[in-house]
Amino acid sequence: MNAPETMKPFRHVGTRPVRPDGVDKVTGRALYGPDFKAPGMLWGAILRSPHPHARIVSIDTKKAEALPGVKAVATGRDFPTLESLVMHVGEGASDIVDVSHNCLAFDKVLYEGHAVAAVAAVSPEIAREALGLIAVEYEELPFVLGVEEALAEGAPVLHDTVFTKGVEPRPDKPSNAAMRVEMGGGDVEAALASAAATVCERYALEPVHQGYIEPHACVASWNGDGQAQIWCSSQGHFAVRALTASVLAIPQADIRVMPLEIGGGFGGKTTIYLEPVAMMLSKKSGRPVRLAMTREEVFRASGPAPGAVIDVRLGADAEGTLVAAEVEFLYHSGAYAGSDAGSGVASAIGHYRIANTRVVGTEVLCNRPAAKAYRAPGAPQVNFAVESAMDELARKLGIDPLDLRLKNAAAQGDPQTSGLPWGRIGYVECLEAAKAHPHWSAQLGPNQGRGVAGGYWGNYGGPSTVNVSVAEDGTITVATGSPDIGGSRASMAIMAAEVLDVPYEQVRSVVADTASIGVSMVTGGSRTTFATGMAVVQAAEEVKRLLCERAARMWGVEAGQVEWRSGAVVCTDGAKQGQAMTAAAIAGNSLHSGGPVAAVAALSAKGWLPGFGVHICDTEVDPETGHVKIVRYTAVQDVGTAIHPDYVEGQIQGGAAQGIGWALNEAYIYGADGRLDNAGFLDYRMPVASDLPMIEAVMVEVPNPAHPYGVKGVGEVPIVPPLAAVANAIHAATGQRLRDLPMAPDKVYAALHPEG
Amino acid sequence: MSKIHVSTTLNGDAAEFLCEPTSSLLDVLRDTMGLTGSKEGCGSGDCGACTVMLDGEMVCSCLVLAPEAEGRTIATIEGVAEGSVLHPVQQKFLEHAALQCGFCTPGFIVAAKALLDRNPNPTETEVRYWLAGNLCRCTGYDKIVRAVLDAAADLRQERTPA
Repeated sequence: MNAPETMKPFRHVGTRPVRPDGVDKVTGRALYGPDFKAPGMLWGAILRSPHPHARIVSIDTKKAEALPGVKAVATGRDFPTLESLVMHVGEGASDIVDVSHNCLAFDKVLYEGHAVAAVAAVSPEIAREALGLIAVEYEELPFVLGVEEALAEGAPVLHDTVFTKGVEPRPDKPSNAAMRVEMGGGDVEAALASAAATVCERYALEPVHQGYIEPHACVASWNGDGQAQIWCSSQGHFAVRALTASVLAIPQADIRVMPLEIGGGFGGKTTIYLEPVAMMLSKKSGRPVRLAMTREEVFRASGPAPGAVIDVRLGADAEGTLVAAEVEFLYHSGAYAGSDAGSGVASAIGHYRIANTRVVGTEVLCNRPAAKAYRAPGAPQVNFAVESAMDELARKLGIDPLDLRLKNAAAQGDPQTSGLPWGRIGYVECLEAAKAHPHWSAQLGPNQGRGVAGGYWGNYGGPSTVNVSVAEDGTITVATGSPDIGGSRASMAIMAAEVLDVPYEQVRSVVADTASIGVSMVTGGSRTTFATGMAVVQAAEEVKRLLCERAARMWGVEAGQVEWRSGAVVCTDGAKQGQAMTAAAIAGNSLHSGGPVAAVAALSAKGWLPGFGVHICDTEVDPETGHVKIVRYTAVQDVGTAIHPDYVEGQIQGGAAQGIGWALNEAYIYGADGRLDNAGFLDYRMPVASDLPMIEAVMVEVPNPAHPYGVKGVGEVPIVPPLAAVANAIHAATGQRLRDLPMAPDKVYAALHPEG
Repeated sequence: MSKIHVSTTLNGDAAEFLCEPTSSLLDVLRDTMGLTGSKEGCGSGDCGACTVMLDGEMVCSCLVLAPEAEGRTIATIEGVAEGSVLHPVQQKFLEHAALQCGFCTPGFIVAAKALLDRNPNPTETEVRYWLAGNLCRCTGYDKIVRAVLDAAADLRQERTPA
């Protein structure tokens, strides 16, 4: 079933009802990861490395074990030795050996904060006290933090098992270059040589954290018969099950993961940190064990987004037609392989038609926490460089920056960097909407400047399972395997109500545990409303068909003599013509109507389309302090079809705010000792309410023909354009081009006052 | 180390608890009293997710030692609604979709109610600065600010004499 370009009017799609889980969340009743307790539960705590790189010579846990109230101590030695196996769960691929060693170090610690040992005790105080009794002997090793330093001759090599992937022939020496990805075609050098205007610049970004407010937490209970339950918040409880079972080398069906409410993830909760450790402590103690990170642990030990060094060369002819683009970047990978080079390469320059391109990305290992997905993983960094360079090019050419983008914008049928043609994308529509928006032509005040940037994210589909069932009174339950991280229960209920043509309140939507629904991929990649939504529609359609079939049987008429109208089966022909039968009459009589009415849809959704956005930002720069104030912000985005517009706008606004934080203030700051200096919200400065204006979200709807309601993903796109939009606005306000993020007051001040 | 006995008024009812001298009020609320609506986002007073009212003053309960609650009155998110009737701030958070993950929401609602109890007609800027101690990573604050302004308007209409 495909969506037509012009949709028929919907009854529910596009409305803004209250989310079904709303009351629990405004009254404090909703249970999040850190809120769950099990009877007899022990409190766990984790000892972490003070060194950025060291060999573990020995760990003596005897004194900790002897402390009254301590029930179990675990180290990496308790875990099974695993064969290398790359698992594609979560967002991206990870080697299960790395996942295991990141949960508890085995022979080496690779970053400050790396977990070394764990304790379970009858109180949190005793658990913490016991950590102080564990004696770890380290042999400190040289460490490296920067991507260029890590690739330099003589740099300490983190893993002697890593030989750069994507390079043929395979290098004969291990190195910190974990992976290299290259795409493009044509003759970049010749095209640049003939270009009327070129930009050739280097841009740099520090790693930033996803910044979810809920720290990681779980409770695990592993019984003597081998079966276990885990209660945790995550972006995908099936990923938690698969990874935890693999680390422990036990069958997946022996673990039942109960999804608790998730307090933000943004990609950072698509993996595991605590669950296998809590499981091991539970096994050793024979009791349920809780493990939770402090905020400091979240910063030191959970995945930041990669920092980067990015070189860009752009060339255009005198009329502003882009003729060549070359982008080469190095992304931090942190302690383990598996960063964002592939998605970075795919997200760099595909929004423009350019005949000659070369995009090369390399992931670089270094002594930082292992990089993890963060909203449009890999895209904002490279987009910051490319969209800043586009602004520089527009100024050289004397062309309006929006017009330069419009002139070169990719549309349906144009080739992506991979060479494959774009589907029904909406970049041109977004640029036109931005140009027509009053913001673009509004007056600016003193010290103010306006910037614009465009960008995109590929989005995703993938595996989802949904069960739609009819209760005996005709009300509907939609069970999915997709954690609700920002209102997806509401959009699932809307889509089911749309199919069944029943009131929204007649449909209730829940997130089912791993034993109660089939496998579903993580809530990530902006896939849930698209892919799980597609499964909801498919299952609801099947329920509708079943209800019609049952009604025909109860009436004793042919299936072709009934149809579904306004939430009931109507007999259109024969003896019962004109009669109606409600879902309640059918489902409430399942003994005689042919059985309970329920349908499962288990699919791997195909046909997803990328989302495009264009952001306009006005900044006011204080020449006395270098402080940058965002005075107006408009985010235009092609959203396909907005199922619940409030939550689509919310995604756009939240993504823009995160991007503004990335642009202006957020960065991991390390000391010369290789230790993180700002592992807290006071010094890791995320935007607060008084830092931001209202963020106007402008939804452009170019429906996705492959989805029954036209859905494209919306969650990740909005973090892509803000970095350059802010940088371009600062340039417009000050004449200063800042190519290193964050553009914090000290850096802006230094640029404004080069004399010091 | 023996525990300390503390008597308080919690959401309108007399409540007693035993705590370590080093326990925070947040730990006691969550782990001893079972009120997990107040969240711990940082433990250092930087995120506001643990915001409660202590003798009518807004505090981060992670920064209050539990024994300090002796003889005092505590109001948490669990006491904001009157029975099943939501406070206008709660209702407007729902109507404006002012939450996505919802983890910061209890702290925001307690803080916003405290603002409106003091200032029934705040400007957008006053709302933004009052809530600057509460971190939200999902919403960009836009819909939160709108919800609070709308709740203020709602409350003012109720107070208008007929």
